[in-house]
Amino acid sequence: MTLMNEPIKRAEIKPKYCRFKKNGIKYIDYKDPDFLMKFINEQGKLLPRRLTGTSWKFQKKVTQAVKRARHLALLPYLGDSLK
Amino acid sequence: MKQYETVFILNPVLSEDQTKDTVDKFVKVLKKAKADVINIERWGLRKLAYPIQKKSTGFYNLIEFSAAPETIGTLETEFRRDESVMRFLTTALDKFAVEYNARRRKGEFNKNKKTTTKREEEVAL
Repeated sequence: MTLMNEPIKRAEIKPKYCRFKKNGIKYIDYKDPDFLMKFINEQGKLLPRRLTGTSWKFQKKVTQAVKRARHLALLPYLGDSLK
Repeated sequence: MKQYETVFILNPVLSEDQTKDTVDKFVKVLKKAKADVINIERWGLRKLAYPIQKKSTGFYNLIEFSAAPETIGTLETEFRRDESVMRFLTTALDKFAVEYNARRRKGEFNKNKKTTTKREEEVAL
C-alpha cells in the first residue's frame, strides 16, 4: 500500500484549445442541432468548459445557442441517451 | 433598420397550402410595416425534440428581414394571435450572424439539403 499518487505523464496530456478561436468561427448557429450536440451530454445538459475547452467568450454563445435550440424543439430540454 | 430572423413552427395538422398561406400572411405583416424581407426558408415537416401541444412534428419556417425595432412587437402579436403557430423565436442578428447567414443563403454549408428556399422554388417552377 502506497500513499503516493500515480505519477502523471505530462507528455500524454494534450493541451485543450478553444475550437472557435482556432477555426475562426465567430457565430454559433442555433439552427444547427447536430453541431450543438457536441456541447451537451447524453441527458441534454450543457457540458462545462473544462471538458470542451471552449473559451469563456464562446461558451456564453454556445449556451445561448443551445437554449434557443431547445426553445424551438431542435434540442430536448431533457433527454435520455442522446448519443 | 436592424436585421432580424425569425423561426416559427406551424401546426402539422395544416395542409401544405395552408402553411404557405400562413407564411405569406406574416410576410405581408412585415411588408406592411415597411420591412425588407431578405430570405424565406421552409424546412418542411420536422420531428420535434419534445412534444409541443401534444404534437410530435411541426412545419418549420424561417424568415430573415431587416426592419425597424418597433416591427417586432407587431409581428410577435400576430404570432400569438394565430393559433396555428406553435412556437416562434425572433432574434436580432449581429454583424457575424449577418455574415454567416449570407454564406448560408449561398449554400456554403451543405447541411440543409432538405430545405427549399423561395428562390429555388421559383427556379423549379
